[in-house]
Amino acid sequence: MPDSKQTLEEILDLAAAQFKVPREKLTPDDDFFKTLGIDSLQALDLLTRLEHHFNVELPDYELQGVSDFRTLAGRIQARL
Amino acid sequence: MNQFKGQALSWELKNGVIELVLHREPCNEIGSSALAELEKFASALKDLENKAHALILHSTLKSGFCAGADLRELYRGVQGMEKQTAARGVREFLERIHKVMNAIDSSPLTTIAAVNGVTFGGGLELALVCDLIIADKMARFCFPELRLGLVPGFGGIPRLKRDLGNAVVRDLLLTGRSFNATKAQQIGLVSQVVAEGETLRAARATAAQLGKFDRRTSAAAKQFIKPIPYEELQREIDIFCDLFTQPAVEAGLKKFVESKDAQPYLP
Repeated sequence: MPDSKQTLEEILDLAAAQFKVPREKLTPDDDFFKTLGIDSLQALDLLTRLEHHFNVELPDYELQGVSDFRTLAGRIQARL
Repeated sequence: MNQFKGQALSWELKNGVIELVLHREPCNEIGSSALAELEKFASALKDLENKAHALILHSTLKSGFCAGADLRELYRGVQGMEKQTAARGVREFLERIHKVMNAIDSSPLTTIAAVNGVTFGGGLELALVCDLIIADKMARFCFPELRLGLVPGFGGIPRLKRDLGNAVVRDLLLTGRSFNATKAQQIGLVSQVVAEGETLRAARATAAQLGKFDRRTSAAAKQFIKPIPYEELQREIDIFCDLFTQPAVEAGLKKFVESKDAQPYLP
């Protein structure tokens, strides 16, 4: 099982690759809606990719109000 | 009519397979124009059934299969309207969409929904009328109606109850949470999960397999295993219309429509 740091790194890598943003431009406390320039539909896409990548189920209500990578990583870590 | 090209959807009969294609931006929302074309399809279906063995429903939009009812049109349509009058209009819309759904549900053809991306609300209800659901790995499903102070209105609850265990139905309905294709397959909603962009190919391969069987036998098997819950479907319309006059609905629709997000699919 990945530790929380590794989970965060994997999320950042996946987000950068999926939304074609240079990896070095992403930091853990970024607002991913703003940094990635995504709307809620694309956020759903990201959620689905993260669920597949980590093999977890993330009820979307647990992500309500979550907009930074670090908190997102915490929610995922809690399900691993 | 073996083929049709409309604003919201098109269909074509080819090699015994009807392909009904949804293609209205942003995500095949079902409003009055889509309903009119769905009714056109339902009218043509009786004739098409004599020439086909399978029906495939799919979307050409990357955003998804269908995001459900056109809530913006609904909100605009009922503005300034007396609540009982608005509820009557909603009932008429629901009666019409149920006729379409029931026509596809009860068709002797074997029907396949090939879904991708957002398959929410009325979109999930449309998929649920089909005999098989084949999902793209990135498909996402949801019954978000409770967030609007409503229940699903296009036949979702009775059809979900027909296909899945009651505990699962309660979870999906009462939490309004979205779930991915893997989960959908685990709970028995989806029969096949395929790689991104592969649903239509998989659906066509499945339809080709179905074509090897005697049509009358397939139709008899379907009729035996898939009863149409007409009474519950009617009851669902009644519950929806009762709820529609409540203040929570107006507030929920307003919040959705006035959201600054281009596509506010998350709560």
